[in-house]
Amino acid sequence: MKGWTHASQGARMSVRRRFSWDQFSAVATLIPSLILLGVFVYGFIVWTGYVSLTNWNSFIPTFSFAGLQNYINVFGTFRFQSDLRNIVVFTALFIIGCLIVGMGLALLIDQRVRAEGLFRSIFIFPMAISFVVTGVIWSWILNPGTGVNLVLKAFGWKTLPSWFLSTTIVPNITLGQIQVGIPLALLAVLIAAVWQMSGFAMAVYLAGLRGISDDIKEAARIDGAGALRMFWSIILPQLRSTTTTIVIILSAASLKVFGLIYAMTGPGQEFVTDMPSLNMFQTTFQGDQFAQGAAIAIVLLLLLAVFIIPYLISTLRQDSSS
Amino acid sequence: MMALRRINRSLLYVVLIILACLYLVPVYVVVVTSLKANSAISLADMWNLPSSLSLSSISAAWAQLGPNFANSFELAVPATLLSALTGALNGYALSKWKFKGANVIFFLILFGMFIPYQSVLIPLLRVLDMIGLYNTIAGLILVHTVYGIPITTLIFRNFYVAIPDEIIESGKIDGTGYWGIFRHIVLPLSIPGFVVAGIWQFTQVWNNFLFAVALTNPPYQPVTVALVNIAGSQTVQWNVQMASALLVSLPTLIVYIFLGKYFVRGLLAGSVKG
Repeated sequence: MKGWTHASQGARMSVRRRFSWDQFSAVATLIPSLILLGVFVYGFIVWTGYVSLTNWNSFIPTFSFAGLQNYINVFGTFRFQSDLRNIVVFTALFIIGCLIVGMGLALLIDQRVRAEGLFRSIFIFPMAISFVVTGVIWSWILNPGTGVNLVLKAFGWKTLPSWFLSTTIVPNITLGQIQVGIPLALLAVLIAAVWQMSGFAMAVYLAGLRGISDDIKEAARIDGAGALRMFWSIILPQLRSTTTTIVIILSAASLKVFGLIYAMTGPGQEFVTDMPSLNMFQTTFQGDQFAQGAAIAIVLLLLLAVFIIPYLISTLRQDSSS
Repeated sequence: MMALRRINRSLLYVVLIILACLYLVPVYVVVVTSLKANSAISLADMWNLPSSLSLSSISAAWAQLGPNFANSFELAVPATLLSALTGALNGYALSKWKFKGANVIFFLILFGMFIPYQSVLIPLLRVLDMIGLYNTIAGLILVHTVYGIPITTLIFRNFYVAIPDEIIESGKIDGTGYWGIFRHIVLPLSIPGFVVAGIWQFTQVWNNFLFAVALTNPPYQPVTVALVNIAGSQTVQWNVQMASALLVSLPTLIVYIFLGKYFVRGLLAGSVKG
């Protein structure tokens, strides 16, 4: 675009005229997609928002105005308060887990190891299978009556964990109707989730590590930096934007987690493993509380938007300025 | 020094191999359990190799899942092709014909990739019902095609940005127009883009559970729903459950084993930057 200002007025006009049909075609190409997404994404979100403000809480649609009553009701339930605790705990631990495991794997693989491709493939393959498959498999591996507990028993453990069937919450602080803390049952789900998604963090970190110029590393080495110093002062700061990317993508995945919970634990006893996504689904399609389900969906959307919108804007800005 | 380095190297491999084994534990469990017969299944022997190989669990799983496999293929193949093609057209328009507002449009398209689909599910169900596509494979194809547009557009846009503008310019100088350049210059270069977008979409559609469980009933359910039904029923033995999990994973795993490089490129494209 900028180049045009340097061209003479006449040339600029002719360039513009000659290409205007092509520019039109480019916009026209996008129109079908924009209409579809306009309806299926933006239109439907507005529609859901509208439903959340109505009294449609039975099988028969009624669209009388309810104001924010559904939101007030939802936030007042034991179940949704548990959901909020669970989603915060789960997202935080899931991201920390994936970052540490992913970084560790990436650093190991980046040491010019033999059979690098094989190791990489093994750490990434869980991403190719469905969350519901992961849920079904891990619900057996972590089944308290068998699986990992057999191994722990063989090593002489006395009190075996009850994994996703646990109802213990640590540290168990009463706040409103619910107990605040880390539900231990979520840790079982986290093991499965980190197993599935840490390969993503590894792949992105590996790409980031390969992007750090050897000159910087060489300079630090000449200055006598040891391996640890090198990691904290050179590698980690260089990977800051990589880390941001991973955190954003994983938060989005985590807030949306559905199939894994559905297949592995369901809402759990006292909703220790329930999530807003699952609550919305059951409230809406099994409980016919459409307006309340819509309210949960909108809250979930807003939670995601807080992460995604700033990220998309800043990424696209960088992209167009480079 | 050399000796120390050799020990370090050995340690590195030991750690990597242990970690790789840990990641493969679920594979071991699934395969071993799937190859046991009903009579050989007991909670205490979960980690043991089967005393005799039996395909009875796998055939029992297949008897239940077979029809759903057909559904998933009928769904995933057209949905993948349609969204990849749409993505290619969009990516071309957005990368090679930068017009005013292109970034805003790109943002509006990309946002659709991150929304929790619960926030569109109620209207989606009503609209599909209205147009007669609720509880049909065609309805699921439409849904996956539309919600697949953001990621495929992103993959192709980043792919086309890497194609030098000079190639496009030479086409313009020859007097070739928008569609001519796409057809004769860009499309022939797009095969890797289609492979990346295709593999990614196929995997996503095949593995999807939310749309499948919300929009279909028997007999139109995809494999993921069928698997959850099998796993959720109290009467089905673990060996059949694991055999089902194995069967459901095979198509995407086979694609991954043979075209893993392209899968990873799709994975990295999902983080918006190219």
